[in-house]
Amino acid sequence: MHLLWAIPALPLAGFLILFLTEGRLPKPVVSSIGAGSVGLAALLTGYIGWQFVSSDTTEFVSSSWTWMIVGDLDVSFRLWLDELSLVMVGVITGVGFLIHWYATGYMSDEEGYSRFFCYMNLFVFAMLMLVMGDNLLLLFLGWEGVGLCSYLLIGFFHKIPEFGYAARKAFVVTRVGDTFLIIALFLLFHQVSSLNIQDGLLFARENMSEGSTINTIICLLLLGGAVGKSAQVPLQTWLPDAMAGPTPVSALIHAATMVTAGVYLIARMQDFFLLSPTAMLCVAVVGLVTLLIASFTALVQSDIKRVLAYSTMSQIGYMFFALGVGAWSAGLFHLMTHAFFKALLFLASGSVILAMHHEQNMFKMGGLWKKLPVPFIGMLVGSAALVALPLTSGFFSKDAILLKAWKNDSDFSTLFWTVAVIAAFLTSLYTVRMMALTFFGKPQSEMHELKKESLWHPSRIRTVVPFALLAVLSIAGGWLGFEFTGRLFDDKGVHAELHFDPIALLTLGIPFAGVVVGYFLFASDLLDRRILIKNRMSELVSKFWGSGWGFDKAYDTMIVNPFRFIAQTRLNRNDVVDLFFKLIKFLASLFHHILSMFQTGHIRWYAFTMLGGLLLVLLTVVWI
Amino acid sequence: MSVWLFYIAAGVAITTAILAVTRKNASHALIYLVVTLLSIAVIFFLLGAPFAAALEIVIYAGAIVVLFLFVVMMLNLGRSSVARESQWLRPGMWVLPAILSGVLFVVFGFEVLQVENSAKIEGQVVPPKEVGKVLFHEYLLGVELAGVLLLAALVGAFHLGRRYLEERRET
Amino acid sequence: MTTAINIPLEHVFFLALILFLIGAFGVLIRRNIIFMLLSLELMMNACGLAFVAAGARWAEPDGQIMFMFILALAAAEVAVALGLVVQLARRFETLDIDRAEELNG
Repeated sequence: MHLLWAIPALPLAGFLILFLTEGRLPKPVVSSIGAGSVGLAALLTGYIGWQFVSSDTTEFVSSSWTWMIVGDLDVSFRLWLDELSLVMVGVITGVGFLIHWYATGYMSDEEGYSRFFCYMNLFVFAMLMLVMGDNLLLLFLGWEGVGLCSYLLIGFFHKIPEFGYAARKAFVVTRVGDTFLIIALFLLFHQVSSLNIQDGLLFARENMSEGSTINTIICLLLLGGAVGKSAQVPLQTWLPDAMAGPTPVSALIHAATMVTAGVYLIARMQDFFLLSPTAMLCVAVVGLVTLLIASFTALVQSDIKRVLAYSTMSQIGYMFFALGVGAWSAGLFHLMTHAFFKALLFLASGSVILAMHHEQNMFKMGGLWKKLPVPFIGMLVGSAALVALPLTSGFFSKDAILLKAWKNDSDFSTLFWTVAVIAAFLTSLYTVRMMALTFFGKPQSEMHELKKESLWHPSRIRTVVPFALLAVLSIAGGWLGFEFTGRLFDDKGVHAELHFDPIALLTLGIPFAGVVVGYFLFASDLLDRRILIKNRMSELVSKFWGSGWGFDKAYDTMIVNPFRFIAQTRLNRNDVVDLFFKLIKFLASLFHHILSMFQTGHIRWYAFTMLGGLLLVLLTVVWI
Repeated sequence: MSVWLFYIAAGVAITTAILAVTRKNASHALIYLVVTLLSIAVIFFLLGAPFAAALEIVIYAGAIVVLFLFVVMMLNLGRSSVARESQWLRPGMWVLPAILSGVLFVVFGFEVLQVENSAKIEGQVVPPKEVGKVLFHEYLLGVELAGVLLLAALVGAFHLGRRYLEERRET
Repeated sequence: MTTAINIPLEHVFFLALILFLIGAFGVLIRRNIIFMLLSLELMMNACGLAFVAAGARWAEPDGQIMFMFILALAAAEVAVALGLVVQLARRFETLDIDRAEELNG
């Protein structure tokens, strides 16, 4: 318990060391600091988690340092660990460590090796602050911290201008959500006069009535923040472009941890959301819309990482949907299992991409399963979990969500359930398509010559062990989840039970149906694919889907281009806005010149003015 | 008798102070300064502060002024510098500082006269032992800080002086 | 144990004030840096005198202790300042403080 502070402190220490040495350390040292600090944090998390589970307390609280006290606002640096944060911390440090470890091989040939681990450690630290902070300001600090690291890491290959653009886009779009979040914090503080999360929840339980307007506004603003960070409709456009970052970054930040921060935020503020049916409905709708849009888009992508990105969006959509229909535990459970199998999928795709000369186009791959057995098996296990084949972790969590959605007694539960099942079917479709294009069929282009010496070789231990562990977690994580997430919220959690009603059988069967249809569509020769593609109608549809349902274009015409017009054309040619700042500059330099006239360099002049000042002070004292 | 001694010492201090400030020859000025310091030491003794009086003589008159003399001798300020001093000390320059000092004297003096009238110094001796006790208990932090200050001065003086020596060696 | 004098506190303060102002006057009129430092020493002594007098008024050691701190300050100041004087004499070949006005704004 008293070691709680060390969990975030370890990655922070790693960051500081790497930051201050500025890449002068040799690579093995950088690897052991970068991955080791997170590894130690993971071990410590395991130890503290074991202590936590075996004790009766409901939370561990670290001692606190005061950050600031202004009027009623009393913000402290205090860490708070309960079941919810424990799940998050476990995912962040555990999956984070495996990804770091993998990255020591993956990034070995890249420039800026030390910089990479520096940012990654900072990210882990910020993410830990996000989930462990006991007040919303600390959460916000972590929230912005992960945003910064996301920006830095998306633009990691900063010599390529498009990547820098992608980084800026991610930063700006998430900033929109963050603005909602900070307004929500202001409102909360106005209501509760404290930013402490537990105080807030207590206040909500005791003082707020169901469906109060202010509460709904707060919840919707919180949802706005969550939508931005978690890449949900309508702020989802940054995530596919964020794939410009190195693949371990996509795995850690844009699949396993940061993008799930929105889910964490909503789950953390549960008591507020429970009081606002409107907000809950909005959460569910946002999740469902994202789920559908992202699934359809993933169907027509050609870039393997973009498929995974859209898949991530849709899976987070599932989590939002789960939260929205009151399946809190199931949502968090899905967050955890998703972290496992999506990290695995990303890491495996990373190995494939490296083996293919940084080729990400799936149409140029094909037939790789023999040549790249390790990534293939990793990808296969990850896909099975993503599709939710029975007995994999994804099956348990998705099944729990769907069942809960069916049993939900809102007016829309049937509609919701149907859409979610359709999306599950689409999930299987695009997963099968991705596997078929990448690993089966005829090879479409030459592979990198795999040298055994290269650290990123798929059979090196630093690739195989993270794969193996993540694969085990992807499969067995389902059982693990019952223990952990079973007592997260008092919604009776997730049960491992056999049920054979038609609904359950349907949810069980959908993934298989998807796989079978997918096989005929994309892998077998039985069906001529050309009739699907040649059709003019389907061309249009696939173009529309492929562009992410035109969101990017819409934002460009609605916001970006008008803004550019104002900024760059005649309207602001003379920088009207700048006049104010020029005035400030002018005044500052004017005062500077006046004051520097007194600074003559003559010591006796200084002495004279000092004595004159003394005289003035004395006169003031005497006569006043 | 002692009271007269105080006023005599005060007169000597003021006179020699004026002389020290206005001399053209640096060595002469420093000797006058020593006399000022010695008369202040006498006043300290009369006020019942024998330890302060001893320090005044040993450190101020003994060490600091001697340091000044060393520098004056090292720079070899001879007749030419005396001539230059008389060039620099034109009466016109005295006016403004004199006015300022006069005004300050009036204002300060007015302040001093505000002190309660009956305040008399009876010359109760505070022996060095008592000074030491308080110095190393209540003012211990101050002593440490003074030590750090002296160390910094030592390093600074060494640095400045060393550069001078090295440059001279080169030429 | 007393030296059995009976001086009003104001008189000592006036003496300290006069010495201080003589020192200040010296700082203002002299162009030679050595004389300025000398005047500065005089000013510091005047401050010390005021402290000791105030301490003697209450027969407490604090005044003397303050004087000792001033002494330490003066010693440090003189050490650095004289080092600077030597440098000044070398660089500018003069002791005229008005010539060393490169540090103006």
